[in-house]
Amino acid sequence: MRELSLHILDVVENGITAGGNCIWITVEEDHQADQLKIVIRDNGRGMPIEKLQNINDPFITTRTTRRVGLGLSLLTVAAERCAGTMRVDTAPGKGTEVEATFQHSHIDRAPLGDMAATVTTLIIGNPGIDFVYSHQIDGEEFSLDTREIRAEMDDLSLSDPVVIHHLTESIRTSLTELASNDNAS
Amino acid sequence: MAKLTIEELKKIKEKTAKYTSLRDGPANIKVTVHMGTCGIAAGARDVMSALMQEMAEADRQDIRVVAAGCMGMCSSEPNVTIEAEGSEPIVYQLMDANKMRQVFKRHVMLGEVQTDFALAKM
Repeated sequence: MRELSLHILDVVENGITAGGNCIWITVEEDHQADQLKIVIRDNGRGMPIEKLQNINDPFITTRTTRRVGLGLSLLTVAAERCAGTMRVDTAPGKGTEVEATFQHSHIDRAPLGDMAATVTTLIIGNPGIDFVYSHQIDGEEFSLDTREIRAEMDDLSLSDPVVIHHLTESIRTSLTELASNDNAS
Repeated sequence: MAKLTIEELKKIKEKTAKYTSLRDGPANIKVTVHMGTCGIAAGARDVMSALMQEMAEADRQDIRVVAAGCMGMCSSEPNVTIEAEGSEPIVYQLMDANKMRQVFKRHVMLGEVQTDFALAKM
């Protein structure tokens, strides 16, 4: 994967396949500690512990379309290549939490990429699933919660491409501002 | 702390108000973008972004977009399936943003199957 945001998209799709109806995506950039942390949590059905022990074995998968699953293995390799870590917490019925850390300045760290496209792709492609996205850069935060959006704007359909188009632009602008605030301070 | 504010949402809503009122009709065409690990790595998100943009411009109420998983044909990703009412589903292979725009304009809007990009009928 060329961007970390594509890994995020991929792992979130896993969570949806696992039956989750709400997914929490957190990205934390801390320049002081030189760390980039990505946490993805779902409220799906979770996994038994024996699956977890083999989480990075691509031949252990619950899928039925083919016999290889690569999503988490790819993220683990991406994190470990950048002096980072990978942790998966899961239990049947309790959902799954995936946490990957990266050395922020590591030369092999892929760029985060287009998070706005990742988030809105998830929203439009998965009607009925809620997403909570939080992005922090050195303590400054941008957040988005589709449950709030749905509650506040009952007639604003999140499956409407026109709405999604404007939402993407809006997220993109907010994230750019967040990053430039940080550079200024 | 920045947040996607209700103010901003209201702005979005105003911009889109003239469209959303029309949007209650049944879906006649379903566009599925396959977004497994293989699809995403091959560029399915760009395909989806292009599709969203085309949809926003076309302003058709009867088209639904869905993200699905891998079909088991990873070497031909990104795959897109178009299901129009009354005709067989068509799977397109090796898609990119430009091919998606062409398929949307010709197949989805006008019903002309783009056989050059097609993988199979289902």
